[in-house]
Amino acid sequence: MAKFILRRLGFLLLTLLLTSVIIFLITQLLPGDVARIILGREASEVALQNLRRELGLDRPLLLQYLTWLGNFLSGNWGISFSTGQAIRPFVLERLGNSLMLAELTLLIAVPLSIALGVLGALNEEKLLDNIISVVSLAVVGLPEFVTGLVLIQIFSFRLNVLPASSSIRPGTGFFEALPMLILPAITATLVLLAYIARMTRASVIEELKKPYVRTASLKGLLPRQVIWGHVLRNALLPTITVVAISFGWLISGLIVVENVFNYPGIGRLLTFAIDRRDLPLLQAITLVAVLGFALANLAADLLYAYLNPRIRFD
Amino acid sequence: MTTAALKISDLNVSYQQEGRWFDALRGVSLQIAPGQTYGLVGESGSGKSTLALSVIRFLSENGRVRSGKIELAGRDVMSLTDAELREFWRKCVKLVPQNPLPSLNPSLRIGRQLREAIYPPLNAAGANLKVLELLESVGMADPKRIARAYPHQLSGGMQQRVVIAMALASEPDLLILDEPTTNLDVTTEATILDLIRDLIKDRNTAVLYVSHSLGVVAQICDRVAVLYGGELVEDADVLKLYRKPLHPYTQGLLDSVPRIGQDKTKLQLRPIPGQIPGAELPSGCIFAPRCPLAIEICRSERPKLELPWAGRRVRCHRWQEIADNQADPRQPLKFVTASEVPNAEVETVLKLSEVKKRFAVQRSLSQVLRQEAAKQVRAVDGIDLSIGRGKTLGLVGESGSGKSTLARCIVGLVPRSEGDISLLDIPLARTLSARDKTVLRSLQMVLQSPDEALNPYLRVDQTLRRPLQRLAGLKRQELDQAVVNLLKAVKLSPSYAERLPGQLSGGEKQRVSIARAFASQPDLLLFDESVSALDVSVQAAIVNLLSELQQEHQSSYLFISHDLSVVSYLADEIAVMYLGVITEIGKTQDVLKPPYHPYTEALLSAIPLIDPEAAQEHIRLVGEVPSPVNLPTGCRFHTRCPRFLGKICGTTEPPWQEDESGKRINCHIPLSELKTLQKQAFNFDHEEV
Ligand code: SF4
Ligand code: SF4
Repeated sequence: MAKFILRRLGFLLLTLLLTSVIIFLITQLLPGDVARIILGREASEVALQNLRRELGLDRPLLLQYLTWLGNFLSGNWGISFSTGQAIRPFVLERLGNSLMLAELTLLIAVPLSIALGVLGALNEEKLLDNIISVVSLAVVGLPEFVTGLVLIQIFSFRLNVLPASSSIRPGTGFFEALPMLILPAITATLVLLAYIARMTRASVIEELKKPYVRTASLKGLLPRQVIWGHVLRNALLPTITVVAISFGWLISGLIVVENVFNYPGIGRLLTFAIDRRDLPLLQAITLVAVLGFALANLAADLLYAYLNPRIRFD
Repeated sequence: MTTAALKISDLNVSYQQEGRWFDALRGVSLQIAPGQTYGLVGESGSGKSTLALSVIRFLSENGRVRSGKIELAGRDVMSLTDAELREFWRKCVKLVPQNPLPSLNPSLRIGRQLREAIYPPLNAAGANLKVLELLESVGMADPKRIARAYPHQLSGGMQQRVVIAMALASEPDLLILDEPTTNLDVTTEATILDLIRDLIKDRNTAVLYVSHSLGVVAQICDRVAVLYGGELVEDADVLKLYRKPLHPYTQGLLDSVPRIGQDKTKLQLRPIPGQIPGAELPSGCIFAPRCPLAIEICRSERPKLELPWAGRRVRCHRWQEIADNQADPRQPLKFVTASEVPNAEVETVLKLSEVKKRFAVQRSLSQVLRQEAAKQVRAVDGIDLSIGRGKTLGLVGESGSGKSTLARCIVGLVPRSEGDISLLDIPLARTLSARDKTVLRSLQMVLQSPDEALNPYLRVDQTLRRPLQRLAGLKRQELDQAVVNLLKAVKLSPSYAERLPGQLSGGEKQRVSIARAFASQPDLLLFDESVSALDVSVQAAIVNLLSELQQEHQSSYLFISHDLSVVSYLADEIAVMYLGVITEIGKTQDVLKPPYHPYTEALLSAIPLIDPEAAQEHIRLVGEVPSPVNLPTGCRFHTRCPRFLGKICGTTEPPWQEDESGKRINCHIPLSELKTLQKQAFNFDHEEV
C-alpha cells in the first residue's frame, strides 16, 4: 500500500509539472505581446522594452519558466494586470467560494445519482429504470444556462423562495450562504446526475451477474442484505473513479453556473481574467484548477485502493 | 430405498432462446437417499447443470421448469414462496460450484463470508469459533489467518476448501457439487476429493455430484446416472454401471477415455461418432444417430426408461440383448498397424539444450529507490530434450511447472533467455519475427481453444488457404484441391470449406485448427492442452486423428497436457516437469513403471481412474507449488516430497540417475531403493478387445 501511495504521489507531481509547462507555454504562444496588452496600443517602443525587461520577458524561455514556477511555489503568484492587486488572496478567496458550491453539489449529486443508478439496475429494463434513464438523459441534454434560468424563473420569480442572484459577500459562512447556494448547486447537480447514475447502473448490473451474488443469495440472505452487504461494496468501487472524473466536469460546469447566478467563484474569475487578458491571473486560476482536479483523482485512487483488497494487499 | 432426501419426478425444463423454446431436460426422474452420493455424468449439452440449478431453483431468467416435481426433505421445491425459498437455501440445500474464486465476494474477508452461512445462527463469539472450526474441518492448517484473508490471497485449492466449508456451515439435507475440481491440478483435485469423501462419510447428507469426468465419479459416488441430450439414459450402482453398462452411450463414454498404459501403437481409442443432438431431436431414440446398435425401431420409437432389475434403469430398446451379451454396444475397434522405426535410426527433429526463460518481476518505486536488484521468475530453468522424427514427447506437470512457457519459447512467442533450440539441426532464433519462412513452415502450434486461434470472420477455406499459400508455397490453382485434401485429412466433409467458425461445433473447430497446422506440412507440431477442453467422446476422435496424421506424415509432436491418461496414450516419451526443470524423462511405458521419481509417483497416484475398484496407491502432495520467484534450494521438490530423505534434499541438487531402460530420474534416492519402496501405480493388463 505504501508503495502504491508513493507511486501515485510521484505520478501526481509529474502531472502537475507537465501541466505547469503547458500552461506556461500556452500563455507564451497566445497571440499578442504581453507588454503591449498591458500598456495598450499607443505605448512607445521604449516603454515596451522597459516593461519587458521589468517583467523578464526578454530572458530565455526556460529561465522565465523556472522563475515563474519558483515564484508560484513560494506563494508569490504575481500581480494581476487588470486590478493591480496581488493575485493569491484574491484567487484563494474565490476558490473557497467555489469549493463551497462544489461540496454542496457533490453532497446532493453523489448520493442522489448513485441511488438512482442502483434503483435503475435493480429494476433493469423495467418501467422505473426506463423513466430514470429518460429523465436523466433529458436533463443532461439541457445546457446549464437553460436549466439555471428555468430554476430562477420558478423558484425566485414565481415562488419567490430562493434568491435569483447568488452574489455572496466575502467571508460569508456556509450556512449563511446556503440559501444562495441551493439553486446553483442544483443546476450543477443536473450536469453530473445522468453521468454518475448511468455508470453506477452499469456497474451494479455487471456485479449482479457475478457468481458470488448467487453464493450470497444461496445463503438465504434477504435481497436487501445481498445488495448492501455484497453487491454495492464491489459495484461502487468503479463509481469512485467516476465521481472523480465528474469533479473535472464540475469545474468546467461551474464556469457557466457561476456566471448565470452571478456567484463570485473561481469560474467567474476565469471569465473575468479571459475578458481582461489578465495572463498572470489566468495562469494562477488554471494551475489551481488543475491542482484541484489532480488532487480529486489522487483521493479517488487512494480510496479505491483502500476499499479494494486486491490492491491493498498486493 | 427408504425415504429419499431428494426426489425428482418427471422433470421437464426448457430454455427460451431467440423466441424459441429448447428442451434442456426431458422427463428426468431420480432419487437420492440421505447419506448417498449420487453422480450425474454427461457431456456438454446433457443438461446436468440445468438439473442442479433446477433443484436449487436458480435457473437463469430464460429457463422454465415446464412440468415435474422436485421434493427435498419432503418439501415441494417448486411451490416455495420467496421467503420459504430463502429459508430453504439457508438450511436445506448447498451448492459448491465449479469456480471458487468468482463465487466468493472479492472484497469481504473469508471469515465474514463464512459467518453469514452459519445455520442455526450463533452469537458473535460462537460464530467466530464456528468459522475456525469449519476452516479446520476442511483441512486448513492456520484457520485464523485464513479467516482474515481475502479470497484472492488464497490458492485455487484453498478457495475451493473455503467454498466447501461454507456449504457445510449449515447441516444441509442436500449438497450439490457441480464440477468442484474441474479447474484444479490433478494433485489438488485428489486432495479435494479425499476431503469431500471424508466430510460426507459421517454425515447423513445426500450428495449430488455433477461431473463430466467418469474417473472422478468412479472414485467418489455410490450411484451414477448418465444424462444424454437432456434425458436420463441409465442409472445404477457405481460398480455395476462401470462393470456392465447397459446403454450404448454409457459404454461409449467409458471407452472414449484412454486407460493408463493403453498405447497408440496397438489400439485406437473408440470415440463416439457424430455430435451431441442439437435443437432438432431425432424422433426415436436420441442416441440413434451415434449408436452402433441402432436398428429400425430405434429410429421410430422413443425408448422408455425401463427397470431391468431392482436399482437399475436404462433407456434402450436393446438392453436385454446387451445384458445377455447378444449385442455388443461398443463402437467398432481399429487396430493400428504401425511399423516402428528402431530408435537408433530416428533422425532428431527438435533439440533443446539448457533452455532457460526468466521473467523480471516489476520492481516497486521504493525498491528502485533502494536500488534493489529486480527479482526474477525462473519459469523455465535449464531444459534439455530432443524429439525424433515421427515421435511424440509428452510434457506433464502441474500449473506453474513451466511447461507452457517452454512451448512458447520453442515457438518463439516469448524469447528464451538462454540456451539453444534447433529444428532439424537449424538453430532457431529467439523470436518469431527473426525466424525465416522455412522455420515457420516446419514448426506449428495448436492451442487449447480454437476460438482463440480461428478468426471468426474467416471462412474455413480462407483460414486454410493462408498457410497453404504463404508457407507451403502452393499456387492459386492448386489451393482448392489442397483445402479439400486437408479437410479430408481431418475427417471433415469438403462442404465445411464454406462455413464460418461460428457454425462449427467445438470438436470441428479443433479439427480446423489441426488442419491449419498441418497445411504447411510441418516437421514438428506443438499441442498445448489442445484436446483438454473437448468432451471425452469427441476428444477420443481427435486423439485418434492426431495419431493417424502422425503415422502418415511422420511429423513429430510435443504434446503438453495435464491429463496423464491422454499423454500416456499418445506419447512415446514422457518428460515430467516441476518448477521449471525436468524431474524424470523416459519412454512412456518405463515412466509408468517404478522406480518413479517421487513427483511422478504422486502425479500418477492422483489420477482419478475410471474404475471404482482400482486399488490405487494413496500418495498426496501437501501444499501448493512454491513460487518460482523464491525457488526451494537443493531439490526443488523437497518442500512437498512424500519421500523426503533428509537434509541433503534441501541443500544439494539431486543427481541424474539412469536405469537399464534409459529412463532418467533426478533424485537423491538410489533407483534400487525407489524400486523397493514403490508399487506399480496401476494395473496394466486390462482387456484390450
Ligand atoms: S435404443 Fe437403439 S439407438 Fe438407442 S441406444 Fe438403444 S440400441 Fe442404441
Ligand atoms: S531429492 Fe529428495 S526431495 Fe527431491 S525428490 Fe528425491 S527424495 Fe524427494
